[in-house]
Amino acid sequence: METISADVAIVGAGGAGLRAALALADAAPKLRIALISKVYPMRSHTCAAEGGAAGVIKPDDSLAQHFEDTVGGGDWLSDQDAVEYFIREAPKELLQLEHWGCPWSREPDGSVAVRPFGGMKLMRTWFAADKSGFHILHTLFQTSLKYTSIRRFDEYYATDLLVEDGRCRGLTAIEMRSGQMRHFDAGAVILAGGGAGRMFAFTTNGAIKTGDAMALAYRAGVPLKDMEFVQYHPTGLPSTGTLLTEACRGEGGVLLNRHGRRFLQDYGMGPETPLGHPVLKTMELGPRDRVSQAFWHEQRKGNAVSTRWGDAMLLDMRHLGEKKIDERLPLVRDMSISYMGVDPVKDPVPVRPVVHYMMGGIHTDIKAATPLAGLFAAGECACVSINGANRLGSNSLTELLVFGRRAALSSLEYLESQGAHRGAAEGAAEKALGRIRELLQRAGGGESVAGLRKEMMHAMEQHAGIYRSGEGLAAACAKLAELRRRYRNLQLHDRTNVYNTDLLQALELGSMLDCAEAVVQSAAARKESRGAHQRLDFPERDDRNYLRHSLAYYRGAEAPGIDYRDVVITKSKPGVRDYSGEHARAHA
Amino acid sequence: MSTREWVFRHPRYVRYMVREFSCLFIAGWTALMVWGLKQLAEGPAAWAAFLELLRTPASIVFQLATLAFAAYHSITWFNLTPKALPLQVGESFVPGWVVAGAHFAGWAIVSALVLALAL
Amino acid sequence: MIQLEVLRYNPETDQEPRFQRYEVPFRDDWVVLDALNHVKEEIDPTLSYRWSCHMAVCGSCGMMINAEPKLACKTFVRDYSGVIRVEPLRHFPVERDLITVIDDFVAKLARVKPWLMPKEAPANGEYRQTPAQLKRYKQFTLCINCMLCYAACPEYGLIPGYLGPAAITLAHRWNRDSRDGGREARQEEIAAKEGAWECSFVGACSEVCPEHVDPAAAIQQVKIENTVDWYKDHLMPWLKK
Repeated sequence: METISADVAIVGAGGAGLRAALALADAAPKLRIALISKVYPMRSHTCAAEGGAAGVIKPDDSLAQHFEDTVGGGDWLSDQDAVEYFIREAPKELLQLEHWGCPWSREPDGSVAVRPFGGMKLMRTWFAADKSGFHILHTLFQTSLKYTSIRRFDEYYATDLLVEDGRCRGLTAIEMRSGQMRHFDAGAVILAGGGAGRMFAFTTNGAIKTGDAMALAYRAGVPLKDMEFVQYHPTGLPSTGTLLTEACRGEGGVLLNRHGRRFLQDYGMGPETPLGHPVLKTMELGPRDRVSQAFWHEQRKGNAVSTRWGDAMLLDMRHLGEKKIDERLPLVRDMSISYMGVDPVKDPVPVRPVVHYMMGGIHTDIKAATPLAGLFAAGECACVSINGANRLGSNSLTELLVFGRRAALSSLEYLESQGAHRGAAEGAAEKALGRIRELLQRAGGGESVAGLRKEMMHAMEQHAGIYRSGEGLAAACAKLAELRRRYRNLQLHDRTNVYNTDLLQALELGSMLDCAEAVVQSAAARKESRGAHQRLDFPERDDRNYLRHSLAYYRGAEAPGIDYRDVVITKSKPGVRDYSGEHARAHA
Repeated sequence: MSTREWVFRHPRYVRYMVREFSCLFIAGWTALMVWGLKQLAEGPAAWAAFLELLRTPASIVFQLATLAFAAYHSITWFNLTPKALPLQVGESFVPGWVVAGAHFAGWAIVSALVLALAL
Repeated sequence: MIQLEVLRYNPETDQEPRFQRYEVPFRDDWVVLDALNHVKEEIDPTLSYRWSCHMAVCGSCGMMINAEPKLACKTFVRDYSGVIRVEPLRHFPVERDLITVIDDFVAKLARVKPWLMPKEAPANGEYRQTPAQLKRYKQFTLCINCMLCYAACPEYGLIPGYLGPAAITLAHRWNRDSRDGGREARQEEIAAKEGAWECSFVGACSEVCPEHVDPAAAIQQVKIENTVDWYKDHLMPWLKK
């Protein structure tokens, strides 16, 4: 097996991975950096993020307020020391992006503009029209081309982390073009491979979001934290699941049920605000979990709009006017017309909550380090946790930058503490190769990738949705255990080497099954409702027993072991999340 | 890849080749004009012969074809000028038809002048 | 039901590409990508192609659909009748089935030095850039690197060394950014023979671009800027810094 040596190997070349690479190249120009991704960097799902990235810059805003919004938005499950670090670094990172040429939208005087976003008391979301993630990704990617020390391995699929003597010493990856396995011998590894939303049937996530980085760490003994917290974004297109940004509501769009009523006021987010004049942190600018849950209730009451793709609510942006929509929401207009046949300038657009983001992920500390020496993680695949039980929109893009950089610096500190890097883990690499060979050569199994995947998605959609129940979760746990068992009888149809997507999708399915099991087991064990995890059988928040993070530990063929870890509370004691207008006025 | 392979793949490529092809006719017509100048320099008999040449059916067909190609080239060219000359005023751009229109207007004026001189 | 005729090629088993026909259900909200996914999931798991976002922003799914370069995720099955022919993006070597080798493209992107070379060090905070200054180059930032323009460009088809629409447009994007002072550094690439001057303004690139970036416009603007530069250099050399 060909061995490639590097000082730091980064898995994932989206916002977090690229930011880590840039931080390393800047801080240590002689460092050998391997940037490994299963897709070309510009395909990373960061490109689909639309709304913006939060960071305090306006004079009437404060770090304390961003802290409060984030911690409250996370239903007090966020580690407050991490949040304090995050909000402090946020404006610096966004400014750094601007210095790298990111085309942020501007105020008339040339300063960076900010827009309102859900759950935020004040405007602090930097944006680039409604393609913020796209512009951030391309700015980072293009800037990375400056550095010859960043050696890219595009279309390499990472299969296993190599661990020896309790240290992570690199990884194995398949060069997709040839099907050959490569051994990456690295002093430190940073995982930045994104979330796992594709385990659900209906998601904003692209095909590549299959939890591979989470599975890599998980199987190497690192716990997955808070996996039960899956975010539903309120406004996905019912036909494709793709995203209409929260900025639609930030710019003044409103949500209607089939009677034309702005129903959010019936769920603690009222009173109704004037059309086109959204009040931050209330009504349509409430947090994503509350808005999605409101839809679920409306659906039960028979107030949802019926479409050929199922129930929906209406996102009305007509009052914004064509000029504003074309200026600030051009992608939204294009997508509504193309995929729904509806022009938001003329008609309200049917939308529906859709799986969007995973608050949970690889357990890291506030410096992006996992418990496994030499392994770091950042971005959606990681859980620090700053997002707690529910993420506020526009905190995630900033998170990529802050913790991408933090992971890079931590990996450098680690390398310095280690001294000269010793050669590694040949045995483990051979074992990884053996695992893939076995899968490729397996005969007479009878299970297919598509078949197992469909059953997994259906189970998740049915039992691990916006509202869960003990029964449903138990059924999901049983189903995932069964699917993981049946996975061993998976048989490939394509046994060739060159760009074998049957094999790659089989490996991705394996990652998703492991992550999905962690999701449902953690959800079954958490007997309370908090943020995005809502249980019909335990509808209240239980701070006495559950002001803690869940940790899911891989146990091979067995179900994961679940443990808990206290949340770090510094300044903000758990309170009531009040998104009503009275609260907003009282605290204005 | 040979020319035949791509030209007929889509009407846009055919239109492009027609536009480019016009240069043959325009070059030919230019050569004809240079020949005319030469004949003018050689005296009235040569000049008369040249005018006769211009009046032959073949020559008239050629001149009409050249006119058509030249017009096609000019029209497509002027329509493309806004792309090469974006005129920004504040946050908007001068509409394409204004830029192209200015070119057409200029063409019309020059043509009128030439016609006035000739007649 | 509709019929897809898809190019198949596996260098390990095929001497040359062949076509394979698949019958898939007709759904009027399906795009070609949905049809391909159906093929892969229900009929033939060996079919390989790139895709991800399904919303025309990642640029993965460029392919020839009835001989036109298109994004499979934004090409509606309902707009076609008869057999839909699906092939890998033209002008790139075929790696496997609908997957092309795009090394040349990625290398060209890097060659134009597509990063900010600031005119001056930033003062406190952000560079000031008015909405009008942003508007000047905004359109050219929208390229999703889908390479449909390279498939449409006959120059690129004939002259593989040509930098190509997206790469030149990217250079132009940075040149027009008010914060940038790197035009001279990029000249070497884009003013070269195989840079902007290889373009004969066919305009096919702009016609097929799914994001309305208008690379043809960018290239002509580059030509004009280069020409003005040339005259300045030769007729007014005292202007050179």
